[in-house]
Amino acid sequence: MRYKTDLPVMMPITPREPTPFIGLKPWQILLIALLAFVGPSFAFAQTGIPILTPFAILFDWAPLLLKGFIFNLVISVSAMALGTALGALLGLGQISLSRVTRGFAWFVTQFFRNAPWLVLLFFAMFLLPFELNLFVLKIPFPDWFKAILGLSLPVMANVSEIVRGAVKSLPSGQWEAAESLAYTRRQTLWLIILPQCVKRMLPPWMNLYSILTMATVLASIVGVSEVMTLTGQALAAEGGRPELLAPFYGFVLLLFFAYCYPIARFTVRLERKFAVID
Amino acid sequence: MSWTPADPMVSLRDVHKSFGTLKVLNGVSLDVMKGDVICIIGPSGSGKSTLIRCINALNDIQKGSILVEGQEVNDPNLNKLELRKKVGMVFQQYNLFPHKTALQNVMMAPVRVLKHDKAKAEAAARALMKKVRLEGKEDAYPGELSGGQQQRVAIARSLAMQPDVILFDEVTAALDPETVGEVLQTIKDLAEEGMTCILVTHEMAFAREVADHIYFTDRGVIVEHGPPATFFKNAQDPRTKEFLSQVL
Repeated sequence: MRYKTDLPVMMPITPREPTPFIGLKPWQILLIALLAFVGPSFAFAQTGIPILTPFAILFDWAPLLLKGFIFNLVISVSAMALGTALGALLGLGQISLSRVTRGFAWFVTQFFRNAPWLVLLFFAMFLLPFELNLFVLKIPFPDWFKAILGLSLPVMANVSEIVRGAVKSLPSGQWEAAESLAYTRRQTLWLIILPQCVKRMLPPWMNLYSILTMATVLASIVGVSEVMTLTGQALAAEGGRPELLAPFYGFVLLLFFAYCYPIARFTVRLERKFAVID
Repeated sequence: MSWTPADPMVSLRDVHKSFGTLKVLNGVSLDVMKGDVICIIGPSGSGKSTLIRCINALNDIQKGSILVEGQEVNDPNLNKLELRKKVGMVFQQYNLFPHKTALQNVMMAPVRVLKHDKAKAEAAARALMKKVRLEGKEDAYPGELSGGQQQRVAIARSLAMQPDVILFDEVTAALDPETVGEVLQTIKDLAEEGMTCILVTHEMAFAREVADHIYFTDRGVIVEHGPPATFFKNAQDPRTKEFLSQVL
């Protein structure tokens, strides 16, 4: 039986599938973020002095900010390379048979892993000389170089832990099998253990790189002309107009997001792939 | 004291081993002659695996003597690498190197440890793969092989080092029942060729068939031993009888 009624409550309801926010495509999230940042600026722009829209101003400054961002990337890649090299050594030290080496490597790792990055950066900035005199040779230590050194310290400590963790995560049977085949410890490490560790280390290592890249803006606090410093200077040059803050810093955020998000996605994919293989 | 093939190849005297306060071996003595196949049986936790792991110095011992071809293993100056070239080992969990193919697993140690010529080592490895009936699986990675196939690769890997004696540590315990047979057959082939084998096993029928001598261990001591015919029919010790009544 069907009753005719105007009351909507009586009508059969087919509930719609909720569309969750996380179901959005990355570019859709980006677009929303972009609109959220620029929206308020237009509101400001209408009441402010109608010279140039905030967007046009940002457009003028964008090349400089991009250059600054590329400098951030240079710092991140260099600090990562240096930190990885030192951290790998330290990590191997942590699994050394020598108690002294192990203890030393453990202490250095723990010390730098549990130190705030900014404090380490300050240390590198203000305790390192501005140049190094090697007899006749004068090697200058510019600020950006010191920033790289400072940021490579926590990277080193974290890489050290990644190496140690990966080696410890292998089943002890791998060591025993190698030992029973008369491999030396060094051969066991280089031929059998470490090759298996590489894929275990890759995801956390890339994660660390992502974090480091975002931490490079700390260098602005100690005066390196990276993207944050330049953004601050650009805003000051525009007379510190408050409606410019959101577009400018939003632009910087988007730069980092555009760079780090793919790395994060790729890391997740690697993790999944390796989990299947294991 | 020079060793001759007429002497025991492996000789344990009053071996004591403990992990911390836990005593695992409490005075174990046994002799293995060249070409012997001996099986060590006993309840879980009776120290069987520890016993054979001491023979290639994977575990050290606190007291007693282990001689392998006349060489003392319980010696702080022991050259473990030289010892392990003579003593092969196959594990319960196979422990193949997962990042290497089956063939690479077999030929790697001869090339890297014994410094054999690569081409020769590869030819030898291919022959061994054939011997363990895994022809055609040379390029497979361990993850692509069944448990029984992996264990046979592990046996081939151990054989590639041309050891004088091979230790088998419960090598069929982790296998699916249908693949146990192929691994046991491989070990039987070896035994028939005269390879000296020391096995820790739960496969009683197999032990009875291939072993020259059976040792029954419980709580870190050898309770009873003898050739399989007498051991399985006329066990004397009540502990042996009880164990056999449970597993047979």
